[in-house]
Amino acid sequence: MKLKGWKELTPGAVVTEPGSSKKFKTGSWRAFKPKWIEENCIQCLFCWIYCPDMAVKVKDGKRGEFDYDYCKGCGICALECPGKKGNKAIVMEEEGK
Amino acid sequence: MPKIVAVTGNEAVAEALRQVDPDVCAAYPITPQTDIMQRFSSFASNCKVKTEMILVESEHSAMSACVGASAAGGRVITATSSQGLALMWEILWIASGDRLPIVMPLVNRALSAPINIHGDHSDGMGARDCGWIQLWSENAQESYDNTIQAFRIAEHMDIRLPAMVCLDGFIISHSINRMEYLEDEKVKNFVGDFKQLNPLLNIEKPVSYGPLILTDYYMEYRKAHEHVMSKVPGVVMQVADEFEKMTGRKYGLFETYRLEDAEVGIVVLNSAAGTTKDVIDDFRAKGIKAGLLKPRLYRPFPYAQVGEALKHLKAVCVLDRADAFGGSFGPLFMDIASSLYIQDKKPLMFNRIYGLGGRDYMPDQAELVLNELAETVKTGKVKSVKEYIGVRE
Ligand code: SF4
Ligand code: SF4
Repeated sequence: MKLKGWKELTPGAVVTEPGSSKKFKTGSWRAFKPKWIEENCIQCLFCWIYCPDMAVKVKDGKRGEFDYDYCKGCGICALECPGKKGNKAIVMEEEGK
Repeated sequence: MPKIVAVTGNEAVAEALRQVDPDVCAAYPITPQTDIMQRFSSFASNCKVKTEMILVESEHSAMSACVGASAAGGRVITATSSQGLALMWEILWIASGDRLPIVMPLVNRALSAPINIHGDHSDGMGARDCGWIQLWSENAQESYDNTIQAFRIAEHMDIRLPAMVCLDGFIISHSINRMEYLEDEKVKNFVGDFKQLNPLLNIEKPVSYGPLILTDYYMEYRKAHEHVMSKVPGVVMQVADEFEKMTGRKYGLFETYRLEDAEVGIVVLNSAAGTTKDVIDDFRAKGIKAGLLKPRLYRPFPYAQVGEALKHLKAVCVLDRADAFGGSFGPLFMDIASSLYIQDKKPLMFNRIYGLGGRDYMPDQAELVLNELAETVKTGKVKSVKEYIGVRE
């Protein structure tokens, strides 16, 4: 996306386009990446509820993949995930490893 | 017919606010401003204005409530002094950065510690670079006139910036002046209806205020702010011309007094200008060509115009009613020095700090400065660039 010059900005940084935060891909901030281990998943959807960035996708009531465009790697999902028999269904891995 | 009255500066400002009848006011009491908001809240309680008064627990909250109300789409006011302004400081930047045209009388008072309730300019000077417009006022009439004009300047569609109207605590705020009130209708027509720009309460067109702006855009927003500030002097003059047509009272970016043919000049803000003008007359009678420049639009500072107005002088003394503790000079001196820096020919300059914590500025102090200016011209040398005057050794 071509960045705007200072003459093209809305006064006071007011955002006039609803839903435009979708264009702001915050995934690049991530230092740790959550990894989903499907076989340990009990489909409780805690991750979906707790994720502050709506970065856990759900389709037809089923847990889907992470949306890495927006996941900031905060690790909340991994902390909350109960997993199966003590085995987490989400683990955090260092980016670039 | 305009009404001639004898009122205090605070009374005059409260009257201007009543006549404008803003939508929202959030304020917290602090001496010497309290009197403005006390009067204004009785106007609200007695249905003389339709303003929604918001009770808050501090000035930080007062300015925060103003930011919310202004973003929501209202015409918004508050008022403060000294520590109150200091407590607002964080939110002052948000009001200006969000480009919210809040109007705030600032009744200038010294900052603590030591605690002091009297008039000096340390409060306003501390907030001079926070992106607000600052109009400074010599007396009750100017405080009233500046308050009315501040709405037009702040709310101008090319500007949309908050504005402070500064007046000296106690000296002006609590002393009775002779002045003229305009008729309510005239003030209402002059300020006109408040025009909204991206109001939060317009659910047809949803907007967000205060987004996170990082390295990719922050600098562009700052450049845009600097640019809009540069448009303020033009709008101030346009509004002043209209105001003059209505009232006959002429305002500019600054006032000059016997300056055109002067050899020496004093630059001073607010109430001390009155005393200085009197003493200048005495010196003129003695054959010393003295003059004065009193800034009115202090932020943004009209550097080019001020420099032009002062460059022909042989010597200039800048009187500061606040010090800037940087081991350097008073804030006004630094601005005047910058104005003259860009001129090829410039006067000899010195800085005197006076009147801190409300200490009276007496004619003998103006005499002292004028004598020193005359001496400087004679010797061609500045004895000392910065000194306090009216202080005990
Ligand atoms: S790491 Fe944080 S942002 Fe990413 S999916 Fe988990 S909860 Fe959401
Ligand atoms: S919190 Fe863990 S177990 Fe629950 S749905 Fe998410 S990944 Fe599966």
